[in-house]
Amino acid sequence: MISKDSIIIGQYFPGFGFLYSVDPRAKIISFLFLMIIIFIFKNILSFIPIIILLLLFFISSKIPFKHVLKGLKPIIILLIITIFFHFFFTPGNIIFKFYFLKITYEGLIRGVFIGTRLIVLILISSLLTFTTSPLELTRGLEFLTLPLNKLHFPSSEIIMMITIALRFIPVLVEEADRIIVAQVSRGASFDEGNIIKRAKNLIPILIPLFISAFRRAEELAVAMEVRCFQPGKKRTYMRRLNWRRLDTIFTILIILIGLISYFIG
Amino acid sequence: MEFEGDKGRTIAIEVKNLSYTYSRGLPYEKEAIKNINLIVYEGEAVGILGHTGSGKSTLIQHLNGILLPQEGEVKIFGEKIINNKTFLKNLRKIVGIVFQFPEDELFAETVFEDVSFGPRNLGLNEDEIKKRVIESIKDVGLDESYLNRSPFSLSGGEKRRVAIACILSMSPKILVLDEPTSGLDPIGREEILSLIKKLKNEKKVTIIMISHSMEDIVQFADRIYILNNGKIVIEGKTEDIFKNKEILEKYDLSVPDLFLLGEELKKEGFVISEPFKDFDIAKREILRNLS
Amino acid sequence: MIELKNIYFSYFVPEKVDILKNINFNINKGEFISIIGKNGSGKSTLGRLIAFLLEPTKGEIYIDGKKIKNELDYLEIRKKIGMVFQNPDNQIVSQIVEEDIAFGLENLNYDEETIRKKVEEVLIEVDLLEERRFPPHFLSGGQRQKLAIAGVLVMEPEYIVLDEPTSLLDPKGRKDVIKLITRLNKNGITIILITHRMEEAMLGDRVIVLNNGEIALDGDPFEIFTNVEFLREIGLTVPPLTYLSYLLKNEGVPIEVKLWSLKEIKEELLQLKLKI
Repeated sequence: MISKDSIIIGQYFPGFGFLYSVDPRAKIISFLFLMIIIFIFKNILSFIPIIILLLLFFISSKIPFKHVLKGLKPIIILLIITIFFHFFFTPGNIIFKFYFLKITYEGLIRGVFIGTRLIVLILISSLLTFTTSPLELTRGLEFLTLPLNKLHFPSSEIIMMITIALRFIPVLVEEADRIIVAQVSRGASFDEGNIIKRAKNLIPILIPLFISAFRRAEELAVAMEVRCFQPGKKRTYMRRLNWRRLDTIFTILIILIGLISYFIG
Repeated sequence: MEFEGDKGRTIAIEVKNLSYTYSRGLPYEKEAIKNINLIVYEGEAVGILGHTGSGKSTLIQHLNGILLPQEGEVKIFGEKIINNKTFLKNLRKIVGIVFQFPEDELFAETVFEDVSFGPRNLGLNEDEIKKRVIESIKDVGLDESYLNRSPFSLSGGEKRRVAIACILSMSPKILVLDEPTSGLDPIGREEILSLIKKLKNEKKVTIIMISHSMEDIVQFADRIYILNNGKIVIEGKTEDIFKNKEILEKYDLSVPDLFLLGEELKKEGFVISEPFKDFDIAKREILRNLS
Repeated sequence: MIELKNIYFSYFVPEKVDILKNINFNINKGEFISIIGKNGSGKSTLGRLIAFLLEPTKGEIYIDGKKIKNELDYLEIRKKIGMVFQNPDNQIVSQIVEEDIAFGLENLNYDEETIRKKVEEVLIEVDLLEERRFPPHFLSGGQRQKLAIAGVLVMEPEYIVLDEPTSLLDPKGRKDVIKLITRLNKNGITIILITHRMEEAMLGDRVIVLNNGEIALDGDPFEIFTNVEFLREIGLTVPPLTYLSYLLKNEGVPIEVKLWSLKEIKEELLQLKLKI
């Protein structure tokens, strides 16, 4: 059945390499910048330096090609629909006609451009999640959003909720597995019947899971109170992130590449 | 392992050379059980002693086809378990498993609904279902008034009994119990153990109990297997296992004090005809020697 | 010292249910007290009251002479009295062992250096130093419970209440946790152990028996466990050899009902046989 090893959250791929050792905040800031700036690229040439950069990163991080493709799987349909949409419905010089379907030259260019942008977007975010563990990501987000606390935005609490949720994922996966095994042993099946029937069949799993989750939440809240947790109050941290010169150089470099790419186009 | 198979006794469960590895082929593969051989005869009560991590969950899930053997085979009443939907559905009529903390599976609005979940999945008609539900709720020592209550309003011990009724209502010929007394207080423990003994003696169900508690297993098992690190390390009659002090120490198992007392007294000249499996036997034997 | 005077605790919604009635006793510094009672006897509630996670409906609790709620800082109490619960998973907050231990000190705004130092000390104390960077789900049940204890221990409490800490563990886990608790008590921490396992209850200097929300017995384990009939009536059991002596006595055998060890009762029975 489901084993806790089979869930690779955010597709984090443990490994070594330059990108793994960069401060998560630097990665978040730089990659976010890239993702934003590619939306104002005007033509496809701008993508070339970005794609080269990504390739270099993927190779140096030794991430297997198969894994990269797995990251693209979810959006493959969206990609195809988007590209063909632009092929067929952009007005311009018709270069290919099949009954009522016509592909224009402009449409071709536009489709490839939009498609490339989508793919690069996914590749950048994949690179981030492949080389940064969920823990590092939440840590990075926590320190980045610390100033928001001054504006009375409960970012620390939100990050704490995310951290706890992540910590409980293996526990809940195991529990769900236990419950599924038990209900199957009582003759339940989950792959028969229409949509409505299948939804109903999930009740013997969802109810016990929800009840268990609520009970855990309550017990955990008490345990946290025992250890003097007070939401809203300032806390210190044992493990601070260390921002090194390397991280500054990295961030500036990526931002520069992004800007240069824009002007190339 | 050599078995003194009784000719003429029906074999309820036969496990041959069973092995299973999780995430096989991947860098983090984990071998849970290796080369397991065991036999359970119809009507027997067999105890499997194993700590967490010994592979017992993996073994249990092979008994009703949740997991299918990667190597070796499992036969229930002579029929090999195969990956066939209809076969597996029927299999779960015959082999009922009460998992650890079975009350975690309760989900329905009424006890009746929960206990009828199993038989309903088996496709029985409503009259038969009602009959079975009433019978099984009585078998676990609760009366019919419980049927209309919400399972979540019950105490821990009551919930556990309802959960056991959920499996009994499927009328399994073989009942597998995984740590049935886990988390219960002493009285709750005694109640569940006597319920299991009753099922064995009155209903003639073949029972397999997996536990890490020697005290529990001793009370009702005819034979014991000891599972350690995915392998069966010893098998034999309860009393014979306990005589082997080195093995017990090696696997960090404790012999119940009562049992030890019987052995010690025997060594010192008391006439002991039966090992001290429970208090009645101990009392009887000692009184005999003192009169 | 913790003093409980005339403590009552009840729920009022949906209807009035009395959980604890007329609780009076003291907990002395350095003691190892076991609180036993069947499920529903109120022992968990009593544990939470002692740890100041609940307020009594009636009555007062004093810690080191000072009455609670009026005079003491809430946070100060939390540091003095820690509590550990039954399910280790539901006490662990972080994805990394040493960071989970640090949680309490982070909440108290200790500086980074001090936190690191204290966490390391506690890791050694509970024997989880090698596993310090592990995620909790890589640990065994017993280790996870030790981690939960560590999270409380790092705040240097004077008293620790443990509510059935071993009931979800296997024998090895149980042994490790009990060993740790006993060692902590030897090092001066007052232990209040709530349990329904008789062999654990026997470890204490003192046993308090709860029945229906009231204190039924309070004394030395050796005395308590001779009340075989009463204990069984209120839903508890006694260690097997003690029960055997009780059964034999009922049949006329001149044997004392007490906390027998295997060796002792064997000798006694052999003596009795010789006399015949």
